[in-house]
Amino acid sequence: MKALLVSTCILAALTGPALAADDAKDDYERPYHVEDGKVDQAVYNGYRRYGNSCLQCHGPDGAGSSYAPNLTESLKHLTHEQFADTVINGRQNVTSSQQNVMPSFGHVEDVVTYLDDIYAYLKARSDGALGRGRPERMPRK
Amino acid sequence: MLRRAALAIALAVSATVGASAVFPGASANDELLRLQKDPNQWAMANGNYASWRYSSLNQITRENVGQLRPTWQFSTGVLRGHEGGPLVIGDVMFIHTPFPNRVFALDLNNPGRVIWRYEPTQDPSVIGVMCCDTVNRGPAYADGKIILSQADTTLVALDAKTGKEVWKIKNGDPAKGETSTMSPLVVGDKVLVGISGGEFGVRAHVTAYGLKDGKQIWRAYSVGPDSDILFDPQKTTDMGKPVGANSSLKTWEGDQWKIGGGGTWGWISYDPELNLVYYGSGNPGTWNPAQRPGDNKWSMTIFARDANTGMARWVYQMTPHDEWDYDGVNEMILADNIQVGDKRVAKALVHMDRNGFAYTLNRENGDLLVAQKYDPAVNWASHVDMETGRPQVVREFSTAAGGEDTNTQNICPAALGSKDQQPAAYSPKTGMFYVPTNHVCMDYEPFRVSYTAGQPYVGATLSMFPPKGSDNMGNFIAWDAGKGKILWSKPERFSVWSGALATAGDVVFYGTLEGYLKAVDVKDGKELFSYRTPSGIIGNVNTFTHKGKQYIAVLSGVGGWAGIGMAAGLGGDSDGLGAVGAYKALSDYTQLGGVLTVFALPN
Ligand code: HEC
Repeated sequence: MKALLVSTCILAALTGPALAADDAKDDYERPYHVEDGKVDQAVYNGYRRYGNSCLQCHGPDGAGSSYAPNLTESLKHLTHEQFADTVINGRQNVTSSQQNVMPSFGHVEDVVTYLDDIYAYLKARSDGALGRGRPERMPRK
Repeated sequence: MLRRAALAIALAVSATVGASAVFPGASANDELLRLQKDPNQWAMANGNYASWRYSSLNQITRENVGQLRPTWQFSTGVLRGHEGGPLVIGDVMFIHTPFPNRVFALDLNNPGRVIWRYEPTQDPSVIGVMCCDTVNRGPAYADGKIILSQADTTLVALDAKTGKEVWKIKNGDPAKGETSTMSPLVVGDKVLVGISGGEFGVRAHVTAYGLKDGKQIWRAYSVGPDSDILFDPQKTTDMGKPVGANSSLKTWEGDQWKIGGGGTWGWISYDPELNLVYYGSGNPGTWNPAQRPGDNKWSMTIFARDANTGMARWVYQMTPHDEWDYDGVNEMILADNIQVGDKRVAKALVHMDRNGFAYTLNRENGDLLVAQKYDPAVNWASHVDMETGRPQVVREFSTAAGGEDTNTQNICPAALGSKDQQPAAYSPKTGMFYVPTNHVCMDYEPFRVSYTAGQPYVGATLSMFPPKGSDNMGNFIAWDAGKGKILWSKPERFSVWSGALATAGDVVFYGTLEGYLKAVDVKDGKELFSYRTPSGIIGNVNTFTHKGKQYIAVLSGVGGWAGIGMAAGLGGDSDGLGAVGAYKALSDYTQLGGVLTVFALPN
């Protein structure tokens, strides 16, 4: 888990435009690019992976369901690392009055591989940079 | 962690049984055949073997239903979506909950007093592999037993008097994504039960277990070799012709059938004279059609099977090579003497499918008689070819023609279907069907996914919205299954996700997602009564008498797929589709919470 995060950190730093440390951190927390309502490939892929693995509980567009939290709200207070930790390890909140289970995705290839894309998509939604519905892709360069 | 089992046992042991409850020990078949005809009780989830959801009780009428009021309520203590409805046997009402799948036996002589309570111990990780909330559609009653199919696929028979376990078996493996939400049906000396997991690549089946001891008697898969699907290549027919050898395998590429889906999570009906059971199968494998070329038989299919052996008599596939997730699992209503053109069909089967077509078939041989749209918004197919039985797919709305990574837009209905599992009612008095419907469309973009056992295997991304020009997401309609026409249609703000009840008092009851129990006039759908229960209704309405007085009962508790899709309102605002009202979130109207409400006329 940690290894994954560290490597994405480095990756983010390496692939971003020449960055100061602060910008690198910012890019790690806000790893999306939205221009004129159009999104980069990572955000788009995140939108789709979200649809495959998360939508059936967290609802369309990350907006929450009758029982699973609205992730566009959650990402206002969760860091990228806390987000990744929750998705990789899952969380159970099962008591006599609650039956909430967030599955662990640590062994699911389609989620682990694209975790940062899913984060980028949800963070863009959370920050209000991206509205509801299917985002449009930027033309490929 | 909690030790719920201990608590449940303690309660069961200390409970005293309602004195006047009668559980006759006659042969199960005779007993159920008698009970399903007795309007004073509600012995089967859908009222009778034919799934009519009709009652000949007539104390509550179109004239007096406006005075109906709640007489008692009972909180189940469970929050998530409450599908299904109460059973009433003698002086005892049985209700159930979503995970953890509690069952309560309530004393009608002392309204709401708990005679016994059962709560199984289940690994909560099963919650994570249930596709659409943790719903359960309720137990079956037979031979002094209450038979419950738990979320983790444990099938358990409880002593109806004490709630003690008589036997239990495991029908599937949640680690592979196999779960259960459906209501079993008891036929003769067998319990029939299906399985969920269509979003996890599960290869589904219906299995018959002995009512006495839970021993497996037969198992019929939806897809696979003839020996697995219990087909006789010569005797099993499709559109009047023998299916031939390997009718399922031929329609899949390579080993795809092994993760071929065909979920059997809907309702089962039974015709005792023909000794045939009827049910439908769900979506094939992934929602990405490009990954599974072929017709993918027998997903999206109506099956008629011999109840004793499970052998298929006839089949009809409604949506070959599904490209929209139009599961074929909705209830099969067995109605007699339906007039189709100049033909009177003695034994018909009527099925309002997710795909937006309502089918009327001859249930003796599977002949297709009527296939018409029951929501005018339906656009993915122009019509059903009555010679071949195949839908004529409109290219513009074909996600397979669009291909992987292409967003196909404005398909109606959405994957929720023009109707989902919420069962319709049939009144033999009017000859009409009263159908809770969804009025929602979608954009659908298939993409490639890899299969991992026990992980979602979806492969499409969807957004849903009301049809262009509509600001309602549901309708409650009256349907003429002989003519294939809507008689009347009453718009509802949200999808109608509650099972209906028709009565000889000329009223039809249903619940709404906001939480109203409503009664409407059978003749024109005019609203005669409405009462706001504590939470949205996705449960099914029933009726019974106690001490000679007619009651109406329903479970509230919003959730299910409706609670996922609509909690935050539907999307699509980028296009400005529909009116503003349509995007109102369900969460602005209702919150979670399971409550039973029982209604009656004032004394
Ligand atoms: C089976 C249903 C289910 C699925 C599938 C699911 N989640 Fe969750 N998730 C939940 C529930 C329920 C909770 C709340 C758990 C609790 O109450 O502690 C939750 C919590 C979370 C949280 C923490 C939110 C907070 O405010 O603390 C994050 C982040 C999250 N999920 C992300 C995801 C992502 C990303 C996916 C897809 C890869 C996903 N979830 C798939 C049910 C699910």
